[in-house]
Amino acid sequence: MTFPIAGVHISPIYLMAVGFVVGILGGFFGVGGSFLAGPALFGAGLPMNFVVGTDLAHIVGKSIVAARKHRTLGNIDLKLGLIMVVGTIAGVESGAQIIQWLKRTAHIDLAVGLAFVIILVGISGFMTWESIQTLRRSRGSRKNMRQPPPGEHPSKRDHSAVAHIARAVHRISIPPYISLPVSGINRISLWAILLVAFVGGLFSGFLGGGAGYIRMPCLVYLLGIPTHIAVGTDLFEIIISAGYGTVSHALKGNVDILIALVMHTGAAIGAQMGATLTQYFGGQRIRMAFIPLPVLGALLMLHGLLSGHPAK
Amino acid sequence: MKPDVENSVRAFLIEFVVYAALVAGYYFLVLHFLGDWLWSLFKNDRHTYAAVSLALIIGQGFLLEILTRLLLSWIHPRSDHP
Repeated sequence: MTFPIAGVHISPIYLMAVGFVVGILGGFFGVGGSFLAGPALFGAGLPMNFVVGTDLAHIVGKSIVAARKHRTLGNIDLKLGLIMVVGTIAGVESGAQIIQWLKRTAHIDLAVGLAFVIILVGISGFMTWESIQTLRRSRGSRKNMRQPPPGEHPSKRDHSAVAHIARAVHRISIPPYISLPVSGINRISLWAILLVAFVGGLFSGFLGGGAGYIRMPCLVYLLGIPTHIAVGTDLFEIIISAGYGTVSHALKGNVDILIALVMHTGAAIGAQMGATLTQYFGGQRIRMAFIPLPVLGALLMLHGLLSGHPAK
Repeated sequence: MKPDVENSVRAFLIEFVVYAALVAGYYFLVLHFLGDWLWSLFKNDRHTYAAVSLALIIGQGFLLEILTRLLLSWIHPRSDHP
């Protein structure tokens, strides 16, 4: 099938298959999946500028499907999501400004690529350590396990070896404070939420994609949001950041919306499947399954840097 | 395999077949007619193109979410899918 906007010929079956795979990842982990979709589109012959913009557009549609599914499962904290929108947009714009600044200097690909690799490997390493600690503690004692409210699915029981980090964040005394009943948080500084949203948006604007790979762990470990709700709320944020990015890139001529629409037909069913699968896994298992994803993204980026074709 | 997981997998497989047929029709009808118009917008009016792009992907997002939900409820009405 020929796509006239980007001027490329790509099989729609291939696009659907790529969409389906990243759709499952998106629904299950609350990530955009750009670290996989980007190289897949680039490998199919799509120019790099279209890869970034088109991937963002398809992420918007996929995240809507997955977020609506998560909402029916009670996995979205709308109050938290709406507050985070402010920080996310500010972060996306700041990240884009950093890119513009780096464009004026040499080695932008190397700078962005190395930042990407270090951050992804760091996230993966921390989550591996946390999972091992949590497993050891849960074997010895189940006292610290968060009990789900009556009627909640047993798989939503969540506990973490680094819950003390979130408790420290909850104790930050900078007003105003808010409560997040859906996430089981009685009191938290608004600034802590905005800071996490800003950081997520910053990485989205700086590295591309929805930045779910950093926002989801931040929600769990820094704000103490239960993993299932972190996945759903992260998808809600990705709709905002990717939607903003889509318009921005479309204005610059970097979006082939026909490719995005075809990819999204595969992603829609994958996202439904991934979101449904979260019902059958506890928060700790979801976090453990998440660990290889950042490493895979880092490897793809390293390959791109070494071969002279950055994956982002 | 647990019965609920088995039911979900079966429902998704049936959904996938029905969905594939619908998507094939979608390619030939909708994208065929939209292609030239979108290409023209891309070349001549980038602001409208950006707005239409966002509207199309959001619209398709809601449309396919409703479609997949309806398919699931039709294929497997007693499942845990809302």
